[in-house]
Amino acid sequence: MRFVDEFRNAETARALSAKIAALCEPGREYKFMEVCGGHTHTIYKHGLEDYLPENVTLVHGPGCPVCVIPMGRIDDAIHIARRPEVLMTSFGDMMRVPGSGGNFFDSNAEGTSIRMVYSPLDSLKIARQNPERQVVFMAIGFETTAPSTAMTVLRAAKEGLENFSVFCNHIMIIPAIKAILDSPDLRLDGFIGPGHVSTVIGCRPYEFIARDYGKPLVVAGFEPLDILQSIYMLLLQLREGRAEVENQYSRVVPWDGNPTALRVIGEVMELRPYFEWRGLGFISHSALRMRQRYAAFDAELLFETPGVRVADPKACQCGEVLKGVLKPWECKVFGTACTPETPIGTCMVSPEGACAAYYNFGRFTRTRVREASVT
Amino acid sequence: MNPEEQVLDRIERARRRRPKVREERVTLAHGSGGKATQTLVEAIFLEAFRNPLLEPLEDAAALSVDGARLALTTDSFVVSPLFFPGGDIGDLAVNGTVNDLAVSGARPLYLTAGFILEEGFPIADLTRIVDSMRAAAQAAGVAVVTGDTKVVQRGKGDGCYVNTAGVGVVDHPGRLGAATVRPGDAVLVSGPVGAHGITIMLARGELDIEADLVSDTAPLHGLTAALLAAAPGVRAMRDATRGGVATVLNEVARAAGVAVVVDEQAVPVEPEVRGASELLGIDPLYVACEGRMVVFVDGAEADAALAAMRGHPLGGRAALIGRVKDDPPGLVLLNTVFGGTRICDLLVGDPLPRIC
Repeated sequence: MRFVDEFRNAETARALSAKIAALCEPGREYKFMEVCGGHTHTIYKHGLEDYLPENVTLVHGPGCPVCVIPMGRIDDAIHIARRPEVLMTSFGDMMRVPGSGGNFFDSNAEGTSIRMVYSPLDSLKIARQNPERQVVFMAIGFETTAPSTAMTVLRAAKEGLENFSVFCNHIMIIPAIKAILDSPDLRLDGFIGPGHVSTVIGCRPYEFIARDYGKPLVVAGFEPLDILQSIYMLLLQLREGRAEVENQYSRVVPWDGNPTALRVIGEVMELRPYFEWRGLGFISHSALRMRQRYAAFDAELLFETPGVRVADPKACQCGEVLKGVLKPWECKVFGTACTPETPIGTCMVSPEGACAAYYNFGRFTRTRVREASVT
Repeated sequence: MNPEEQVLDRIERARRRRPKVREERVTLAHGSGGKATQTLVEAIFLEAFRNPLLEPLEDAAALSVDGARLALTTDSFVVSPLFFPGGDIGDLAVNGTVNDLAVSGARPLYLTAGFILEEGFPIADLTRIVDSMRAAAQAAGVAVVTGDTKVVQRGKGDGCYVNTAGVGVVDHPGRLGAATVRPGDAVLVSGPVGAHGITIMLARGELDIEADLVSDTAPLHGLTAALLAAAPGVRAMRDATRGGVATVLNEVARAAGVAVVVDEQAVPVEPEVRGASELLGIDPLYVACEGRMVVFVDGAEADAALAAMRGHPLGGRAALIGRVKDDPPGLVLLNTVFGGTRICDLLVGDPLPRIC
């Protein structure tokens, strides 16, 4: 298939792998964080770590919107969905994220209507088809998905729809990266920058990482060769003593991002003073809420929510995993009490979550897998 | 053992523990064919009905009645929409049960048909469904010999549900079953995978994706008969319905205590199926088929088996996709197109489209 196969070519990967190995200084440990959950998924799905030398470690970052949503917000959403007139819509991978009393599937088993949609615009269609119901879109995601939520609100306003609203949980990537950089217990050598987010925000917002923290960042695409190449680019910067923002994904990401998308977000949403991130705690100016002028579409204003902060389960070490301090398997409950069937932490829920990716795809030491696969 | 290996070892022990249903209510995941279904079946149904005929949890039970070897199976169909490109709930209900018998090595003979209809369901639609059941039964050489009808109040059903049960006679002298699979066996699929599931997803009209795709629903009894005649070393056959090929491979790996190593590149997938899967972020290996089977055969007979399948109209694109090994037992490993290796585990529920 065009635009896919050429980015999964094993021969090119082998050549790149040799160049990566040649750039690594013997005895030195390299730790790179892939910020985005989509990258984590690619790394595990394609078995990319097989191409990396032992002294290059990939650390999985906080860029999985499902993983960082705090339990209290899930509870709030379910609280809204319990109103008999409400029909809630959400993205597929939200469905299994646990709140304090179960996930959306469990909630549906008890009588709510929470439907999966592929795009927020589908919620408008559902709202038009069900004029007697209040359709609430559970909006999550970084700057990647925020424009489509904002566009949906603009369209609903234009159509004068009165039975559609948004429960806004959009978050922003830069404050999360900053929180990680400021975290004392972490030593990183560089970042694999998120691809899809950057199509919206561009590459400039990352410049402080190179300038103020002296760490290189390479914005990368989502095919395995994209990631391998970005690791090569990071190692090359380190070898040459540079710390810069580079764009490996230039076929999709413009340096200045997408001004139209940014304008649409700005039209509909504004910064929240603070927002809770699962595992990372409260981060100021890290999330978006609906602007006053779109209050008629703001589910948080239309419906009462408990808004109670629910502490993470004690055993859960999602925070450490999200910050890259712990590898998934180092968490106390990984794979025993916390599994994809019975997730305690959100990292075990989404296929992009570091724990789920590791459990589903990587749950074996590399040597044992390599031995077994020799055909 | 290093610390990581210790953790992984603990996990494998946890996975071997007796399954327990933790939910207080049934959720959709319990019907997906993945881990949640497996847990429900083993913890509730198998616990209650446990007997040697049920225990192997094969597609059909292998019965012996006065010296005759019979296969008996049942399946319910709740597909939505009822009519989709390439088929409808009617031919699905016949082919599904015919296939469960066929992959058990049986020659399908008789079917039952039970209908649960919702008040208000158009008679014209019912006629259309029944006509296609008749045509499918004729094509498969089976007769529908008894049935049942129930009508539920409007809103209490989804138009029409169909249940079929089937009985067939086993002529094949060998003993088929997942537990007989052993290291050295070859793993084959009978054709491109995932077309049915993707067709249904698109036919629901919720995704705004269009593709030139039809369901792969077909009766497999002719193909299985040709295969068994050419390769007596066939150990197990499974039709890859709910949960797709990956789920079948996991069930067999677990039942036989072997490792299954699959070459991703070798798995045939239609470009339209691949395209839609890439867009949705799901893996075609987990997408349902309704006319495809996975075959485990003695490695020495792999070529003969492949030739026999390819000689049949439903097996023209059959392929060797992997091998059975001894370690790590109970797991499926995938050699990726990219040249890496990873685990290919059971899913918890249905594959869910990803956010971005």
